[in-house]
Amino acid sequence: MTESILTVAGLNANIEGQQVVEDVSFEMLPVGVTALLGRNGVGKTSTLRAIMGLIERSGEVTIAGERVDREPTHRIVQRGVGYVPEDREVFASLTVNENLRLAERDSAPNRQLIEELFPDLIARAGQLAGTLSGGQQQMVSLARALVNDNRVLLVDEPTKGLAPLIVMDVAKALERAAQTVPVLLVEQNLQVVRMLAEKAIVLEGGRVVYDGSAEELLGNEALTKELLGVA
Amino acid sequence: MKSLSKLSQRTWWIVGGVLVVVAAILPLLNISIPGVLPGATYTPGTLQLLALALLFASLALSYHLLFGTAGMLSFGHALYFALGAYGLGIVLHETELTLLPALGLTLAIVITAAYLLGSLSLRVTGISFAMVTLAFAQAGNVLVRRNPGLTGGEEGLRLDTEHIPDFFIGVVNTRNLYWLALALLVVVFVVVAWFENSRAGHAVTATRENELRVRVLGLRPFGVKLMAFVIASVLASLVGMVHLLLQSGTTPRATSADFTLTILVIVVLGGVGSRWGAIVGGIIYTLLDQRLTALASSDAIDGLPAILRIPLSEPLFILGTLFILVVLFLPGGIAGAVQRLSTGTSATPSERKLLEEAE
Amino acid sequence: MSTIILLLITGLGLGALYFLVASGLSLIYGLMGVLNFAHGSFLTLGAFAGWELSRRMGGESWGTLIASMLLGMVVGAAVAAATEFLLIRRLYNRHIEQVLVTVGLALATVALFEGIWGTDPIYVTAPPWLSQTTEILGARVPNDRFLMIGAAVLVLLGIVAFLRYTRFGLIIRAGVENRSMVTALGIDVRKAFTVVFAIGGAAAGLGGVLASHYFGYVSPQLGGSLLIFAFIVTVIGGLGSLAGAAIASVVVAVLQQFANYFWGGTGDLMVVLLLAVVLLVRPTGILGKKA
Ligand SMILES: Nc1ncnc2c1ncn2[C@@H]1O[C@H](COP(=O)(O)OP(=O)(O)O)[C@@H](O)[C@H]1O
Ligand SMILES: [Mg+2]
Repeated sequence: MTESILTVAGLNANIEGQQVVEDVSFEMLPVGVTALLGRNGVGKTSTLRAIMGLIERSGEVTIAGERVDREPTHRIVQRGVGYVPEDREVFASLTVNENLRLAERDSAPNRQLIEELFPDLIARAGQLAGTLSGGQQQMVSLARALVNDNRVLLVDEPTKGLAPLIVMDVAKALERAAQTVPVLLVEQNLQVVRMLAEKAIVLEGGRVVYDGSAEELLGNEALTKELLGVA
Repeated sequence: MKSLSKLSQRTWWIVGGVLVVVAAILPLLNISIPGVLPGATYTPGTLQLLALALLFASLALSYHLLFGTAGMLSFGHALYFALGAYGLGIVLHETELTLLPALGLTLAIVITAAYLLGSLSLRVTGISFAMVTLAFAQAGNVLVRRNPGLTGGEEGLRLDTEHIPDFFIGVVNTRNLYWLALALLVVVFVVVAWFENSRAGHAVTATRENELRVRVLGLRPFGVKLMAFVIASVLASLVGMVHLLLQSGTTPRATSADFTLTILVIVVLGGVGSRWGAIVGGIIYTLLDQRLTALASSDAIDGLPAILRIPLSEPLFILGTLFILVVLFLPGGIAGAVQRLSTGTSATPSERKLLEEAE
Repeated sequence: MSTIILLLITGLGLGALYFLVASGLSLIYGLMGVLNFAHGSFLTLGAFAGWELSRRMGGESWGTLIASMLLGMVVGAAVAAATEFLLIRRLYNRHIEQVLVTVGLALATVALFEGIWGTDPIYVTAPPWLSQTTEILGARVPNDRFLMIGAAVLVLLGIVAFLRYTRFGLIIRAGVENRSMVTALGIDVRKAFTVVFAIGGAAAGLGGVLASHYFGYVSPQLGGSLLIFAFIVTVIGGLGSLAGAAIASVVVAVLQQFANYFWGGTGDLMVVLLLAVVLLVRPTGILGKKA
């Protein structure tokens, strides 16, 4: 068995004294997309933020065999973690280009990949990110993660609030990215999950309630309904 | 478990009561603590110092209500102390009112001012609130200095004793003022404890922890915060009034930003969030300040080389440094340290949290 | 007319001083959430450093003036960076405790300055040109106003250029907007903290030397009295906004001058009144981001 790139064991996290992640354990697939699913408010975003060290957490987080759960966020990122947060979090007062420049860690950033995936962004390099549409902002946010050679990507609801056409653009970009780097994807759009994910982990009330094949989960209508509230 | 905590609560009140009784009979005793008190406990000089210590304890308690309980970092609390002191002084001077009616009139002015300025300042939170309260206090400072006809300007305002009862006047009656200060401390303590245990008090504490949750519960954070603000201001003004009587006057220093900072220092030294801490902080601060001032002008300091003499002859330098060290290394202040010693724990997350929430 | 010109330019000069203090305060607050009460002490120390230099080199020469301004900047920057590195950093993200530490530092340093230089104002000497006047549209404007304005404009341009064209500047602008996202891009944002403290300290130190010429003296209280107005300026301008600080500095200082002249010395009160109005109408300040 190949060693997992990201392993989480007994992870707990608190926000304002409330436990939002409870004893969560899982492993990511070493390649391709692992989906992290669950209804609204079950703690998916909090799990990612806990892994990133953005909220108070305890438990074990291992990246490529090394414990990172006591490291500050920037160190974790420097180990090769790309993070695409929920709601994009682009820097509105910075230009597209500045957003990308800020994200570049490698001496030879993958500008070419960005140009291929998001030609629109290059055309808008000088525009303030705050004036972009939601879809364009999402592309900036993805591009910030893809511009470096990462060992793993954590992507939180990249298609949230986007028009159907753009959803497919984003999904394709992710598919392309997943060919070279494993992705942990939080996603509500099950069509996108079907298209990309092999493995699925489902949370409920801050705990893992399903860990297995994505195809099996989504193939079972009753189970999907029970765990995700939708078919 | 519940009865235990009730019991310990009760024990605390009993201990407090005993302490008040002990404090009350101090002026009748002949106790000397060289190095801490300037003379025996029955002497006016010592009683004056002790009364001052009690007043600072009361003032710290009123600030505790604002900062420790409600989580409002005000940099303008001195304004209400000054409003009490100057207000009463001016009313006594400009009108024919006797002490009690003058006190009542001043209180009405203080309540109005605290309500208006509080409503305005509470439109912002956190650091902006701190700056805004500072600005209002600064305006008070300017008003006092610019109107020497009314306030005595830089010279300060002397107490007009014409309408003051005789038993509050003169050195021989210092102990009456001491008892007045003690009574005020008891009143302030009871009011603060009552407020903290009231529904509004719980709501305001909850606001400090999570404003959103309070809104969800259907309470208006603004209302309870304003209530805490007005009560704290009124208590501070009462302290200011007794201070006026005790010192036979008041000076513009009472309106300065430094004075508010001093109160903040006291509360943090004592331990944020602790009533006893505020009281102990107030008393220790007053005694320390007095001792350090005495030290500054002592021969021992005079003989030192400049690099030691200059810092050591500045009481505020020592206090400021002490304060920094407490914030860095003694979270929870004196109260926190005592608690850790008595329970043998070293963990302090709750104390840290308290300060975090106070934003 | 000439009175109005005089008040306007004097207001601009005073506004320049406010800006030199407020720019650092606002940047530090914007990036770190720290309200720096010790900022006044950086200013005071800069002023004393400038004065110590000028009394040794002879205060009447331009060389001395420029050297003392540079020295004030260096001293302010060094002390500010040390403050961040030794005190603020230990309390990472604990904002109230950070404020408390700066309060303690302000109290201790002012007392220390009093111990070293005494409590009385010390009068400064400057190149004679500064105390002469220049006639503009009939108004005889003291020349030192132009020095203040010129220096503040240079500082403003310098900070803007730094923010726009350097990597640290990029990090600072991004951090003011969303600090945790900056760390989530793999950047150790704390390095930028020391940098903003140093920049703020340099501006304050320079402000100290200039203030000593504007008021004609240095005293341990110099920084504290300017700091309060700088606080008001940052709130009115919008916490974290450099442009807001620049605009509010001018508005506040000009209003203060006019009120002092036309409404019987009510300048300080008018400023507080303006603050109250801004809070009522727009609690985030002129250019502040939504809370
Ligand atoms: N900033 C916050 N303050 C208070 N509670 C929060 C905050 N963010 C998230 N929560 C709570 O944490 C829980 C998990 O939220 P989240 O991780 O965002 O869920 P998901 O991403 O699965 O929708 C929810 O109950 C939510 O209400
Ligand atoms: Mg989410």
